[in-house]
Amino acid sequence: MTTFTPSSSEEVLSVVLGALSEEAPLEIVGHGSKRGIGRLVQAAHTLDLSALSGVTLYEPEELILSAKAGTPLAEIGKLLDDNRQQLAFEPMDYGPLFGDGPGRGTIGGVLAANISGPRRIKAGAARDHILGIHAVSGRGEAFKSGGRVVKNVTGYDLSKAMAGSWGTLAVVTDLTFKVLPAAETETTLAVRDLTDDVAANVMAHAMGSSAEVSGAAHLPVLVSGKVAGGALSGAAATLLRVEGVTPSVAWRIGHLKDLLKAAGEMQEIGAEQSRALWRDIRDCAPFAGGKKPVWRVSMAPSEAHRMVDALRRQAGANAFYDWQGGLIWLEMEADPEASALRAMIRRFGGGHATLIRAAEPERAALDVFEPQPPALAALSARLKAEFDPKGILNPGRMSGTG
Amino acid sequence: MSGLTMPPSDKATLARRAEIVADMRLIVPGEGVVDATSEMRAFETDGLTAYRQLPMVVVLPETTRQVARILKYCNERNIKVVPRGSGTSLSGGALPLEDAVLLVMSRFNRILDIDYPNRIVVAQPGVTNLGISIAVEQDGFYYAPDPSSQIACSIGGNVAENSGGVHCLKYGLTANNVLGIEMVLMNGEIVRLGGRHLDAEGYDLLGIMTGSEGLLGVVTEVTVRILKRPDMARALLVGFPSSEEAGQCVADIIAAGIIPGGMEMMDRPAIHAAEAFVHAGYPLDVEALLIVELDGCGAELDHLIGRVEEIARQNGSVTCRISQSEEERLVFWLGRKAAFPAVGRISPDYYCMDGTIPRKELPRVLHGMRELSEKYGLRVANVFHAGDGNLHPLILYDANIPGELDKAEAFGADILKLCVKVGGVLTGEHGVGVEKRDLMGEMFNQTDLDQQMRVKCAFDPGHLLNPGKVFPQLRRCAELGRMHIHRGQMPFPDIPRF
Ligand SMILES: Cc1cc2nc3c(=O)[nH]c(=O)nc-3n(C[C@H](O)[C@H](O)[C@H](O)COP(=O)(O)OP(=O)(O)OC[C@H]3O[C@@H](n4cnc5c(N)ncnc54)[C@H](O)[C@@H]3O)c2cc1C
Repeated sequence: MTTFTPSSSEEVLSVVLGALSEEAPLEIVGHGSKRGIGRLVQAAHTLDLSALSGVTLYEPEELILSAKAGTPLAEIGKLLDDNRQQLAFEPMDYGPLFGDGPGRGTIGGVLAANISGPRRIKAGAARDHILGIHAVSGRGEAFKSGGRVVKNVTGYDLSKAMAGSWGTLAVVTDLTFKVLPAAETETTLAVRDLTDDVAANVMAHAMGSSAEVSGAAHLPVLVSGKVAGGALSGAAATLLRVEGVTPSVAWRIGHLKDLLKAAGEMQEIGAEQSRALWRDIRDCAPFAGGKKPVWRVSMAPSEAHRMVDALRRQAGANAFYDWQGGLIWLEMEADPEASALRAMIRRFGGGHATLIRAAEPERAALDVFEPQPPALAALSARLKAEFDPKGILNPGRMSGTG
Repeated sequence: MSGLTMPPSDKATLARRAEIVADMRLIVPGEGVVDATSEMRAFETDGLTAYRQLPMVVVLPETTRQVARILKYCNERNIKVVPRGSGTSLSGGALPLEDAVLLVMSRFNRILDIDYPNRIVVAQPGVTNLGISIAVEQDGFYYAPDPSSQIACSIGGNVAENSGGVHCLKYGLTANNVLGIEMVLMNGEIVRLGGRHLDAEGYDLLGIMTGSEGLLGVVTEVTVRILKRPDMARALLVGFPSSEEAGQCVADIIAAGIIPGGMEMMDRPAIHAAEAFVHAGYPLDVEALLIVELDGCGAELDHLIGRVEEIARQNGSVTCRISQSEEERLVFWLGRKAAFPAVGRISPDYYCMDGTIPRKELPRVLHGMRELSEKYGLRVANVFHAGDGNLHPLILYDANIPGELDKAEAFGADILKLCVKVGGVLTGEHGVGVEKRDLMGEMFNQTDLDQQMRVKCAFDPGHLLNPGKVFPQLRRCAELGRMHIHRGQMPFPDIPRF
């Protein structure tokens, strides 16, 4: 078992060629901050990309940033911050959930796991902001896709194909992302003490208004005390974030208060605390550090609380909602209850569940990623084979698909 | 492009035409199969009218099951299929083939569901882009991507082309606003990607499908995100003595952290053509005209309009009007929206290009275009999605003058090569189609193209769906799949290891 730490894309290519020629699969890692997600990879060697690091191009006025795959997300975040810009999809940090502490993770990992955050509902995920890549396929060929401009439809979008592929199609060596101005300020409106179903209505109302809400989360009472240093403890909190220039934020918060005045007691949370609050929601802080199984469920927002309610009649689970309910973070009491959960999601209109945190035997025994219907699974397998016919990149990590 | 080579016709298929037409009638009863030459004429071209070809037969299915049966039938008999929506493609994506079934999706014209709590519309692919916005208009919602062809183009065609519009800098392209599709693969299998939830599980096949130009599957249902209309929109109409200053103004607006709802630029020839056509009150003595539209709540607009005006002044603007009413805002847009027909009035024909460049290269590219214009002896007018660097040069020519079409195409190709040279791309929103197919080598090497073709192989290994588009040269999937690495031949390199 060797760990290779290439510092150039040429070296990455030669490692992949070596692996092909010896038919010795590789586990691809950046900082390894998301190693706990997915099936355990059975690989002869490790391809560690953390030395392939550095921002290679940053043009704030063109709204683009290019970096090598192993560049720390934190480094990019700082650079953008200094220029009052951001990755608008608000990439979450999985570290705290696994008890690893914050601040790790590479930009390559952000794309490979198609990471996003609360702003997903307004601004999209990593897939929506990737503009171009250079990569080495499992065939041992260096290829590129996309470009360095913000609008481009030339050829198939293989950059998007890398989003959520967890390193099973190709080793991405260089990435160009679209970046956007950071908001001047933000305010969060908290509606207190709502039940899950009323909260779902309130969030739908707010999202369907012209207030341009950029975060809509509901923290039931068991969870609300576990964010922003306990500032919201004692009652459920339904949170609506508004970002922009100061006069606009003030006006839109007023508009929301008006719109929701019958809903319940409300409080305004200023910029600094609001940022801390959404960071905790983004990083799933309420379930940080523990050992119980954690699921990430994506489904139609209006069905989320119904699904959770029905599931709870069968299994103990703690839950909170982001993306207006479209994202459910579920912490199970004991067993992951994979089949009960997936059956329930199907019953309530469909979606998918990913087992984010679980003990190793469970990760090995269960479908970590949502199983696909046969025609789709076959298509995914054919796609995998076109990129990595010998199965040398992260074998088994996505099981089923990859 | 005039010397366009399409895949050779399959004689065996053409010999069986009558039988194939009869079989299509069994699958799609009623009026859904068209084989009379006179009736097929309406389908012989799309928005790229320089190219015409009658299809073997036109089939207009009504259900996903019919589409599945047609594709399976064709797949088993090695018959090519060209999907078509409304036929507005500007890159020849829907150009028929002599030996292919033209699969027209226009009868898939129903909105299936409007779901306000989840802000979603589920539509059949033949529904027009504008049709979606109209369906939710009375409740104050709209579908954001707005190609200028929106009254005609279909949402299925939008998915196939990943279409944009003047609002996509702020609100994204089709890819960012589609949540799910149902599609049929060439082998007849029906597959659903995504749905009412975000981020489909597994590989981002939806991302690959969007912008795949009808080569990977036939879209039979589309789920899109709708948005609440902003409270209001106001526009600034700003004239500059040079494109450099206008370009710098755009850069400074973005650097100030402002992302306008729309930011469009026109050059002198385009301004003059538009003004003569619609009398929008555009200044005629400027080299560049910017329309900056801000949308949102009143408080935001009051705050930002002053800032944009100030930035324009600092960059040497010579005229600046701010819309004081909705009517005035629409008048500002009138000329821009009518730019294509306006140019059509001053020239018998025009050819619309679609490159994207890093914005800072605008002066260099405009300069290069002027030189090319002299070289080819053809005029060019420019409209420009300034915010995202997407150029639409309109080359003016007369198809009745022998050789002018060829000249216009050569001019267009040179412009696109220039775009790539300065760090840009061949197409920002109109797609590769047949038009830019043979220029793909300017941007991609053979390895890049081969990997794209391998994606095609995962979906359609027989190259039967829309062949002859996008790829300059089709390579057989078996050949593409071959690997040339032998065991033990390439030792692991000598690089840092633990
Ligand atoms: C005046 C004018 C202005 C335009 N302005 C813009 C603009 O501002 N922005 C922009 O992006 N584009 C613009 N276009 C280009 C064009 O309208 C878009 O590309 C549009 O999305 C094409 O849609 P359509 O339904 O007409 O597709 P078609 O032209 O019929 O087909 C386009 C491609 O999509 C495929 N296709 C169509 N339907 C399906 C389906 N159901 N399943 C699979 N494949 C399918 C076809 O095979 C073809 O490759 C403009 C065109 C015109 C004529």
